[in-house]
Amino acid sequence: MERTDLHELSAAYALDALDADDRRAFEAHLGGCERCRNDLADFSYTAGLLAYGTPSTAPPASLRARVLDEVRRERQVVVPLRRPRFVLGAATGLAAAAAVALAFWVVSLSGELDRSRAALDVLADPAARSIELEGAAGRLVVDAEGQAALVVRDLAAAPAGKTYEVWVIQGDAPRRAGLFEGRAARDLVLLDRPVPDDAVVAVTLEQDGGVDAPTGAPLFSAST
Amino acid sequence: MQTTVARDLAHFSDEALVALVARGEEDALAELYDRLGGIAYSLALRILRDRALAEDAVQEAFLSVWRSASRFVPERARAQSWLLTLVHRRAVDLVRREDVRRAEPLADVETGGTETAEEATWLRFERERVQTALKTLPDQQRELIELAYYGGFTQSQLADRVGVPLGTIKSRMFTGLTRLGELLRDDEREPWSARISTS
Repeated sequence: MERTDLHELSAAYALDALDADDRRAFEAHLGGCERCRNDLADFSYTAGLLAYGTPSTAPPASLRARVLDEVRRERQVVVPLRRPRFVLGAATGLAAAAAVALAFWVVSLSGELDRSRAALDVLADPAARSIELEGAAGRLVVDAEGQAALVVRDLAAAPAGKTYEVWVIQGDAPRRAGLFEGRAARDLVLLDRPVPDDAVVAVTLEQDGGVDAPTGAPLFSAST
Repeated sequence: MQTTVARDLAHFSDEALVALVARGEEDALAELYDRLGGIAYSLALRILRDRALAEDAVQEAFLSVWRSASRFVPERARAQSWLLTLVHRRAVDLVRREDVRRAEPLADVETGGTETAEEATWLRFERERVQTALKTLPDQQRELIELAYYGGFTQSQLADRVGVPLGTIKSRMFTGLTRLGELLRDDEREPWSARISTS
């Protein structure tokens, strides 16, 4: 076997063209070689473009359903998220509220891309925690700094004159954390205040413009 | 409902979709499939020349995305590169195991019935761009890259087939793929940095 420059194997690795012994040697080398990791990122991208050089053939429509069915089956085996331990009693105790109306903004996926970016950053943070909502389909995602985004699916639009309002509740003090209107498919809301540990994030339906203290029981919530 | 979901997710970058997949969002995986399933299948079919095996390769690649999305590092690679790497690796594994590879190119090519005209135009543009870049390479380099990537041949198989030493194959492949990357990046329309990043 001739002497090989391991760096040179990065191209063939990206093309899946290494023989087994070279592949093992390169993989062992890769962990300690930043140059090869960078090269490999570039080569993998180039290799991916080669896929576009192939004649385009539409997959059968059944393949989409098959892929998604398989994913659903998998989900029943793997439970990636812990269940929240929120109980409704904590919600009925909502009492006096902070009077200061804080700036807030609501992410609308239909166009306000700059604003959605901050929420997406929270979603994309690998260190962020994800907590399933109690009472609605979706998640609360909280990053290490406490910045939080709410993803809610299939929520009915807020009726005329009403708005959804988000609250961060620690102890007995609900604090305003943003408003949103509710869209049929999916809402992504960046909370306008950090979410500490041992807090409850709850959403109520309120008058347009929001109120300083929640007037009703939460529609859904998540406890951190 | 399905179309509404798709419209909303259409604003997400591929990388942001992977982040949502990591959170267990099936809708995000469906959107990724709608974006990349076609190219994934085309690639698998090109390598495997067998529709059932190509479907298997695509399905397993998307399942890998679902399982390992939380380990994907968007700073290191594009989501598209990652998925196509998974498809390619699976297809090559299958072609080596099943020995389904044939010398002649796939004869009957269907054009995509599910693509919009805009997508079809874009795919044709990309295909021409890649093929032009490949043709610009010296023949010896182009041949190696095509046989390796589309044919699933390993370097030692290529050395036997082309009749040159393994060391020559290795350096030609490195030089060729480096040059191809330069050619393709020269006329890139979308910068590499166009992605969601926490930085």
